[in-house]
Amino acid sequence: MARKLLLELADIPQIQNIDTYISHGGYRSLEKALKKMTPDEITEEVKKSGLRGRGGAGFSTGLKWSFLDKSTDKPRYLLCNADESEPGTFKDRYLMEKLPHLLIEGMILSSYALGSNTSYIYIRGEYMFVLRKLEKAIQEAYSKGFLGKNILNSGFDLDLYVHPGAGAYICGEETALIESLEGKRGNPRIKPPFPAVSGLWGCPTIVNNVESIAAVVPIINDGGDEYAKIGLGKSTGTKLISASGNIQKPGVYEIDMGITVEEFIYSDEYCGGMKDGLELKACVPGGSSVPILPRHLLFRESNGDSRRMTYESLSEGGFTSGSMLGSGGFIVYDEKQCIVRNTWNFARFYHHESCGQCSPCREGTGWMERILHNIENGRGTEDDIQLLWQVQKNIEGNTICPLGDAAAWPVAAAIRHFRHEFEYHVKYPERVFDADHTYQPEIQQTYSLTT
Amino acid sequence: MTNLQELSISTEAAENVRRIISQYPADKKKSALLPVLHIVQNETEGWLTINTMDNVAKLLEITPIEVYEVATFYSMYHIEPVGKHVIEVCQTGPCMICGSEKLVHYLEKKLGILVGQTTPDGMFTLKTVECLGACGYAPMFQIGETYYENLTEEKVDQILDSLLSATSSNI
Repeated sequence: MARKLLLELADIPQIQNIDTYISHGGYRSLEKALKKMTPDEITEEVKKSGLRGRGGAGFSTGLKWSFLDKSTDKPRYLLCNADESEPGTFKDRYLMEKLPHLLIEGMILSSYALGSNTSYIYIRGEYMFVLRKLEKAIQEAYSKGFLGKNILNSGFDLDLYVHPGAGAYICGEETALIESLEGKRGNPRIKPPFPAVSGLWGCPTIVNNVESIAAVVPIINDGGDEYAKIGLGKSTGTKLISASGNIQKPGVYEIDMGITVEEFIYSDEYCGGMKDGLELKACVPGGSSVPILPRHLLFRESNGDSRRMTYESLSEGGFTSGSMLGSGGFIVYDEKQCIVRNTWNFARFYHHESCGQCSPCREGTGWMERILHNIENGRGTEDDIQLLWQVQKNIEGNTICPLGDAAAWPVAAAIRHFRHEFEYHVKYPERVFDADHTYQPEIQQTYSLTT
Repeated sequence: MTNLQELSISTEAAENVRRIISQYPADKKKSALLPVLHIVQNETEGWLTINTMDNVAKLLEITPIEVYEVATFYSMYHIEPVGKHVIEVCQTGPCMICGSEKLVHYLEKKLGILVGQTTPDGMFTLKTVECLGACGYAPMFQIGETYYENLTEEKVDQILDSLLSATSSNI
């Protein structure tokens, strides 16, 4: 049984209640941090832990904190990114619903480290039922003196608020999140300046994912060195994985970084294997933006070693034969699923969610959706596959924010690894008119993997 | 806050609006726009009229266009009338491979409307939306603030029946 640093208390009845949480050791980190440690010592522990941003980018949290501009008189802000919207990802919602006080405790520690006296949790608007739970928990924390003025007589003040979004995936991008918190459309800003220098209302700002902030609690309780002992190489600690798709036991699992992909899918402790006795065809291991991997690349690295659940192992082979850990949105596809249909579905998502600022993304995502819709519905040609490849290539790297890349990568990977399915749709249109169609493997594969 | 009464919202909602505005620096009232629009929309039959948006602009001391551009950007704000219950079916990848398309067809047949339409009695609007963060509990839909997950046709029947009977008992 894997150890649990974040979800240890998740199944205790009434753990959302502050007294229950405290009776199980909750909020004990505050005494240590606020009274015995300086803010810089907290940052130092986070650096030592090797914690990397859990929202998807995997950038060192401690390093990000150290970029915060402390040279000005302006107030500094910590924003928690709870705008979880990456298809396949639902771990932050799980954590906040089960353990609202863990996030609040992490926010207090992190705000202290960064010198933020007003911090906000930006939560997606659809999670209004989670916002209500967080607000109730925040009220409880105020009543215990963990929030407000002079917390535990440490001299540190903190006000914590929850701010709802209103249904825009792009607001998970940190500068779009800041724009949205300022009451504007979620259009990402050009960087630099980075938020650490000029963020919310032009003040130095740090934006961290829910899971990253929650992980600060065990890091302070046990020490950064202890945290870094878990995991493999530069992927330290535990990670929440949201498992979905055609598996026996979808849900949120906390894993030690470094277990094999095979174990994660087939072990009864996690996904419990495939559903309905079907074979695994493909997997998107880190949320819809990351490249899809066919079975033969999913379990092995290019040197034959087992592929593991770490940042490095999942991206081994680059985009030729690897993918990314991303947000940990782990989507599993069985042999009956149509890769073209899934790619069209994701392309529609990105078209819908493009903010419209940059032409390559605004126009390109629409082109991809329409081309894929045609191919999927038996109206595509061989040239369309090539056109699709060109369009995704012209989006990648040519936009202000990473949404363009996020839209292009799944399309590129689908063509790279499943070109035979695209060709099947083009050659046998009459076989794909029915929405439930599957790829018939007896058709000769006439493609090469050179794209 | 002299403009608060022009919004014609309940005392409780007005109190919430006041609380929300106080969460931001006094000169950054615009930041309250998204949460205030949520509260107001809930109080005004689920959608925002031009008049309502103009009043929100006055309240937050911003121009009306600043409200319109936000209301039209974010998918959760409605600027056209909607039914009493808006059924929002998640249609993104993980839900799709677990049966969201069949769920949509079932709802269309059951309600006698297509996606984007409202039943003639004004009770239900059917919408498809992108990922709601319930991928492990697919297929699912959201009605108001409630998530209904791991849906089957039987469950859908029960949910819609209970919403209908709750509405009729209120009359």
